[in-house]
Amino acid sequence: MAGKTLYDKLWEAHLVKERDDGSALIYIDRHIIHEVTTPQAFEGLRMAGRKPWRVDSILATPDHNVPTTQKERASGVDGIEDSVSRIQVKTLDDNCDEFGIVEYKINDQRQGIVHVIGPESGACLPGMTIVCGDSHTATDGALGALAHGIGTSEVEHVMATQCLVAKKMKNMLIRVDGELGAGVTPKDVVLAIIGKIGTAGGTGYAVEFGGQVFLDMSMEGRMTVCNMAIEAGARAGMVAVDQTTIDYVKGRTYAPKGEQWEMAVAEWRELVSDADAQFDKVVEIDGASIKPQVSWGTSPEMVLPVDAAVPDPAAENDPVKKAGIERALQYMGLAAGQKITDIHVDKVFIGSCTNSRIEDIRAAAEVAKGRKVAANVKEAMVVPGSGLVKAQAEAEGLDKILLEAGFQWREPGCSMCLAMNADKLGNGEHCASTSNRNFEGRQGYGGRTHLVSPAMAAAAAIAGHFVDVRDL
Amino acid sequence: MKSFTQHKGIVAPMDRANVDTDMIIPKNFLKSIKRTGFGKNLFDELRYLDEGQPDQDCSQRPLNMDFPLNFPRYSGASVLLARENFGCGSSREHAPWALDDYGFRAIIAPSYADIFFNNSFKNGLLPIILSAEIVDQLFSEMYASEGYELTIDLAAQVVTTPAGESFSFEVDEFRKHCLLNGLDDIGLTLQEADSIREYEERRKQQAPWLFGAIVAG
Repeated sequence: MAGKTLYDKLWEAHLVKERDDGSALIYIDRHIIHEVTTPQAFEGLRMAGRKPWRVDSILATPDHNVPTTQKERASGVDGIEDSVSRIQVKTLDDNCDEFGIVEYKINDQRQGIVHVIGPESGACLPGMTIVCGDSHTATDGALGALAHGIGTSEVEHVMATQCLVAKKMKNMLIRVDGELGAGVTPKDVVLAIIGKIGTAGGTGYAVEFGGQVFLDMSMEGRMTVCNMAIEAGARAGMVAVDQTTIDYVKGRTYAPKGEQWEMAVAEWRELVSDADAQFDKVVEIDGASIKPQVSWGTSPEMVLPVDAAVPDPAAENDPVKKAGIERALQYMGLAAGQKITDIHVDKVFIGSCTNSRIEDIRAAAEVAKGRKVAANVKEAMVVPGSGLVKAQAEAEGLDKILLEAGFQWREPGCSMCLAMNADKLGNGEHCASTSNRNFEGRQGYGGRTHLVSPAMAAAAAIAGHFVDVRDL
Repeated sequence: MKSFTQHKGIVAPMDRANVDTDMIIPKNFLKSIKRTGFGKNLFDELRYLDEGQPDQDCSQRPLNMDFPLNFPRYSGASVLLARENFGCGSSREHAPWALDDYGFRAIIAPSYADIFFNNSFKNGLLPIILSAEIVDQLFSEMYASEGYELTIDLAAQVVTTPAGESFSFEVDEFRKHCLLNGLDDIGLTLQEADSIREYEERRKQQAPWLFGAIVAG
């Protein structure tokens, strides 16, 4: 019999029941919630007179709507100027109070983006099943966990039953071997993967990222990669457990302690795919061939190395794809054949659940140190992923370096990744953004997003246009 | 949940690949704490010429008359014909809520993003998968014939054209059962409460750290 993949092992360990019709009940260990995708789920519980099955499996924090300026944050929820946002954050507070759910509220230092605080607090651990009403929950798969986003009906279902009705996905291995070149980061790796397999390449699969590049990668780097599994169509991305994982988890607030820690580590070491495991699909990429990436279009698969030129629709034969390229060029205000390095940026955003952890901020600060944001850049902001990341960055003096260079240093939240708060692009503005989606209007009505790594975003801020960070 | 058995309705096009959930319902409308009222903001940035605001009266906004949903011939459409990877992007259930609230009962496309596909079934909205070739044919027929309607029979798993041509589609047995009967799956899962408790007891012995409580402090 063939060996098991990491995903097979996680699935089997959480199988409550297999039904005759092919669906299964899967037990959920951890549920993270935020203000946008839960109000209707709580309403559903109330209407049916139901209570959470295991209230202490849930951790809440507001992130999508929260303002990031100190001024607006100063008086907490009541200080949120947008009344609709304020009501949504307040509703989360009220629901958590009513149902007895622990919430890191707006100005708690532990507040932050759901996918940053889950691993940071140790609420998300290797071997767990983790869900959240947010597609970037795949981030937590970096721990060797089965983590994925769910809709609001499923949020209600998990709260009421601690289970999900699911069907087993297929297994995909994305193996990146070799060694990354200098200036090439986890963000470039995942953008290159999406560029290769496309935004639907992983649909129906649970993806394991394997190979030397991921073995060498830090936990935060692995989180950046798993975070964008959904941009390749895969609900769940994951990396096998190794010493890097265990060292990362040790000592975190909700990590096991003492005897339980020893038991846990022994079990976690089994969270790797067996040598003879069968994958339904294997994709191989040479790590050494990956260059810093910049997205040019309105889908994450529309991405190229920084030294490339924007594609020409005339060269595309497939009519649907050709129309897609034409529409993207028009929306982005770019000409076919234009060099990526000739694209000027109006705004720079360093943050989001993809790239707002301490290593990301260090990478941005390293590029910014001793330099100045270019005059044509209207706004360059750095938004740490949590209050604890912010405090750590300040302890390292990174905020001063960034402020000195002309960047803004903000309070934690999702911010301009999806512009549900006041941080947004104006119509037609180009943004070098470390976030995860370059869809039309994503960062503001008419806004033009280019996805890049933190180092590449900082370099674009300094140059005023895209540049190869390796040339600085 | 409302049930879905048979449906006949006017077909409207969303003729592009990779339609994402930000396009289906832009983020500024996700601030609502309700499940209803999203229909007027479905495809907001394509449908109107101005930038929409939550809780706005959309009847006075300038329409983009180049966008098919604004064409009189697609007025009252309840079946959306679309291309590959429909519903990619975020997990927002507001996307199927908006399609449903607008009046769509079914979507036909060659493929969908996983989370959107799943969310649709929870809301009585049937996402049908037909091959790219058949979808191409349906697009051609629809463009050629004003008032083009399709008939969908979920029990028989068949889509029928006005000319009487039928195409069968696959649907997961459990989802079909829930949709045909309008069943809320929380109630169904709670019938298995004993199995869930047994699982918990067993797991607590094997891996007690998985039951570590999130505590205030």
